[in-house]
Amino acid sequence: MSERSDRLSVFKTYKLYVGGKFPRSESGRVYEVTDSKGKWLANAPQSSRKDARDAVVAARKAFGGWSGATAYNRGQILYRIAEMLEGRRDQFVREVAEAEGLSKSKAAAVVDAAVDRWVWYAGWTDKIAQIVGGANPVAGPFFNLSTPEPTGVVTVLAPQESSFLGLVSVLAPVIAAGNTAVVVASAESPLPALSLGEVLATSDLPGGVVNILSGRTAEIAAPLASHQDVNGIDLTGADAELAKELEIAAADNLKRVSRPQAVDGDGDWSTDPGTRRLTAFLETKTVWHPTGALGASGSSY
Amino acid sequence: MASAFEYAPAPESRSVVDIAPSYGLFIDGEFTDAADGQVFKTVSPSSEEVLSEVARAGTADVDRAVQAARRAFEKWSALPGSERAKYLFRIARIIQERSRELAVLETLDNGKPIKETRDADLPLVAAHFFYYAGWADKLDHAGYGANPRPLGVAGQIIPWNFPLLMLAWKIAPALATGNTVVLKPAETTPLSALFFADICRQAGLPKGVVNILTGYGDAGSALVEHPDVNKIAFTGSTAVGKAIARQIAGTGKKATLELGGKGANIVFDDAPVDQAVEGIVTGIFFNQGQVCCAGSRLLVQESIEDELLDSLKRRLSTLRLGDPLDKNTDIGAINSQEQLSRITALVETGEAEGADRWSAPCELPSAGYWFAPTLFTGVTQAHTVARDEIFGPVLSVLSFRTPDEAVAKANNSQYGLSAGIWTEKGSRILAVANKLRAGVVWANTFNKFDPTSPFGGYKESGFGREGGRHGLEGYLDV
Amino acid sequence: MPTTAPAFADATASDSALRRFLHGLPGVDAVGLEARAASLGTRSIKTTAKAYAIDLAISMIDLTTLEGSDTPGKVRALAAKAVHPDPTDRTTPHTAAVCVYPDMAATAVAALAGSGVKVASVATAFPAGRAALDVKLADVRDAVAAGADEIDMVIDRGAFLSGRYLKVYEEILAVKAECGRARLKVIFETGELSTYDNIRRASWLGMLAGADFIKTSTGKVGVNATPANTLLMLEAVRDFRAQTGVQIGVKPAGGIRTSKDAIKFLVLVNETAGEDWLDSRWFRFGASSLLNDLLMQRQKLSTGRYSGPDYVTVD
Repeated sequence: MSERSDRLSVFKTYKLYVGGKFPRSESGRVYEVTDSKGKWLANAPQSSRKDARDAVVAARKAFGGWSGATAYNRGQILYRIAEMLEGRRDQFVREVAEAEGLSKSKAAAVVDAAVDRWVWYAGWTDKIAQIVGGANPVAGPFFNLSTPEPTGVVTVLAPQESSFLGLVSVLAPVIAAGNTAVVVASAESPLPALSLGEVLATSDLPGGVVNILSGRTAEIAAPLASHQDVNGIDLTGADAELAKELEIAAADNLKRVSRPQAVDGDGDWSTDPGTRRLTAFLETKTVWHPTGALGASGSSY
Repeated sequence: MASAFEYAPAPESRSVVDIAPSYGLFIDGEFTDAADGQVFKTVSPSSEEVLSEVARAGTADVDRAVQAARRAFEKWSALPGSERAKYLFRIARIIQERSRELAVLETLDNGKPIKETRDADLPLVAAHFFYYAGWADKLDHAGYGANPRPLGVAGQIIPWNFPLLMLAWKIAPALATGNTVVLKPAETTPLSALFFADICRQAGLPKGVVNILTGYGDAGSALVEHPDVNKIAFTGSTAVGKAIARQIAGTGKKATLELGGKGANIVFDDAPVDQAVEGIVTGIFFNQGQVCCAGSRLLVQESIEDELLDSLKRRLSTLRLGDPLDKNTDIGAINSQEQLSRITALVETGEAEGADRWSAPCELPSAGYWFAPTLFTGVTQAHTVARDEIFGPVLSVLSFRTPDEAVAKANNSQYGLSAGIWTEKGSRILAVANKLRAGVVWANTFNKFDPTSPFGGYKESGFGREGGRHGLEGYLDV
Repeated sequence: MPTTAPAFADATASDSALRRFLHGLPGVDAVGLEARAASLGTRSIKTTAKAYAIDLAISMIDLTTLEGSDTPGKVRALAAKAVHPDPTDRTTPHTAAVCVYPDMAATAVAALAGSGVKVASVATAFPAGRAALDVKLADVRDAVAAGADEIDMVIDRGAFLSGRYLKVYEEILAVKAECGRARLKVIFETGELSTYDNIRRASWLGMLAGADFIKTSTGKVGVNATPANTLLMLEAVRDFRAQTGVQIGVKPAGGIRTSKDAIKFLVLVNETAGEDWLDSRWFRFGASSLLNDLLMQRQKLSTGRYSGPDYVTVD
């Protein structure tokens, strides 16, 4: 069945994704999003500092449940995201092609890589503790175990160029590790990120674990970087000047900062991501417990 | 034991599973008859009803299957880990989707209660594939150096007590690491492995990566002998495990052996008593006690022995034995006549040697293989029932006075698979665990399993570990 | 009638003796306890067993209204419902009791006269219990004088949590003395006691002090009756009878809203304390909306159709 060419299509209203819901910006403002050739695509919400504040509240509220879920459960949900994304592959190929000026086949490769990246991190949820945690052979009668734990609410400034694979590559490890996230999408190309919210909302991911904001990066990032109830910030989407400013603001409550990496800048997000982004927002907790001897006077056996 | 509150029968529907009248061997992606046309019947141990007739693999079939696995190995091991991962994730998901069907099938073929297959076996099976799926593209991070290589063709022989779960323990890590497999299920429980073959087809798994040979010990032995097999993974009796160890001597084949056990469940006087009673019950009556890591020896501190035994007997009297498909059944059928005879003989020995036998008051069905939950008191280290693995719902109760005595008695065994510790005192748990010569020690719980957690024995309970990061090692050339 | 089971007279001789006794009770492992409760929750109760359980559950309900907005009219409506829960089916058993505030007890007594439905009254400055002892006792006397058959008291959780066990014990004794022929239910507010070890200790404390029933909660806090805390209290009454010969009832209250939930609790009773407790004399549900769900399930069993909220009465 071919598409009727005279049919008027229905446009999608792009909205934010906060606390499992799809609100418009509190500010009531939108901005024009165009494709790489300047053609109008949609009006995206222009988030304000109040939207950022609401997103942090939502992320904090979701943190207890998400960090307390079993690693197995988190892995199942991340894998479910991959399943849902695969089912909407065509939509994302179109959006990524428009957003990044890619050919259909290159955009398809980007979307496939993004699906596979969710799968990669789905497998990490119940393994990272086995790689970075473990028993420590302390010199004394003690059981001593180190375990990684998520740091809390993390602000993620998504890459500006790679609006989708880059976004998934910075977001997935943050939530795989058990953190909750406030994501600031690529300012110029926010549409794939806003559509990802629709995928997350139908993937059994609890509301508030991921919150997605669109708008001017610097304007939204500033209140997030200084926010006292945010525990970490990934500065990937900030240029050098902004990154430094935000890092200074983040020092107020000693946020864990992931600085923009050289590798992030050149736009190649297809390489093996390693574990750096998983461990960036993990704390290590070490527990001591006495073991002692079987009896006070030695064994008679 | 008529109660005012009689639970009406609540049978799980058999109609969710469609068992064919006959099955072939699964070799190179196809179901095929045995070369010599031999077949055998598989029966439901709770009713002795014949469920199906399956092909009986012989030496020629073993050779065909190993060749198929060898042909598949080159491509399979060369696939990017991320692609192997996605096959395994598919398998995990299809198992989740078909889990009720598989649970009913397993209950029919094995005799264990639907409550267990539904709530324990199947969730663990799916989780195991899910866990190892995630490792397939992360082997560089597993602590075995960069780019660790698979071994080749793995010959895997599994027992009848947890047919599908043991299959998962064997196949998931083997495939994740890039090996191909030839797996032989036990002769009394062949069906779930054959259904798994169908799941491999649904998942689009390349031909020859998984081959299933139903058959008897002769097929297992031929698989162990085959010169083109690089790895043997066996779960079963210590006697067969020793035979395999002898067979592969000098061949370079790598082996993982999960063998027998005589687990000590140690209860101190400061234990959380009600939970300890539950843990003792789980420890020895889960799966009718047909569990290699069962807590088959109860070591109880003398000061609370009488009280604990009273509680235990009261609790055992509430166990519901009967139709395994009934959702309220706690104790199902013994897997085979042969196993029932072995249990019966060992219990007779226990009585003959002077231990006091107590069995829960429950009516045994007239058809099928059944044994009432039983415990022996007045047992000492010298009794056969304190030393030999019974592999049935029979608990031997011994007492101790001090922690070091408990440890000495717990370790006084040829086996070293599992142990339990019950006390509210943390440092005692860790001190006792330190001294126990057992591969798995549960504290204030028992018979817990998780795909992330390595499992395996000390001493004659075998060697190698399955599960967790450690479970990768047995399938890597490291 | 001895106020304390003779076997444990020493335990209540002093504050320190009572503390030693309560802290000497076996610990409770939370994971194991909850796993056992969840496991019993998977029992599948069908057909004849379900019909039996539904009628039993109805007969065990303390149909409750404990609101600031309660009026005699509301209480009379509830009483009528307790006597004939399903006006379309007179084979439906009546509930065990109607549970009200003390000032409504007389209304309830009048409305229920001759019906076999008991009147339970909360007392002792329910639900917080933050009042002087004589105020609490006056509250009890009022309810008893109004003809209440049962008194549901709250313990002093503040005293319990600060380790003043003897104060809690003596307060229960004093209330018991005012009860006369009324049976005494002692509410622990398990959600505020927080730990299972505390719930076990409170259970024994209540039983030693002469409670006829031990009851989980007021229904006024975040966590009320759960399968795990009820299982734990059932273990306590089971062990108490084994050691003293005295049988004591259990009442989970708050949060039990569906037939499925209620049946799970009956399974807990059946397989923990045993069938001797499967009677409204020894087990109760403190509930209100539960009754209509049981009635709808009962209608489903008799007609084969799923019922709806328009086919049961609103009170």
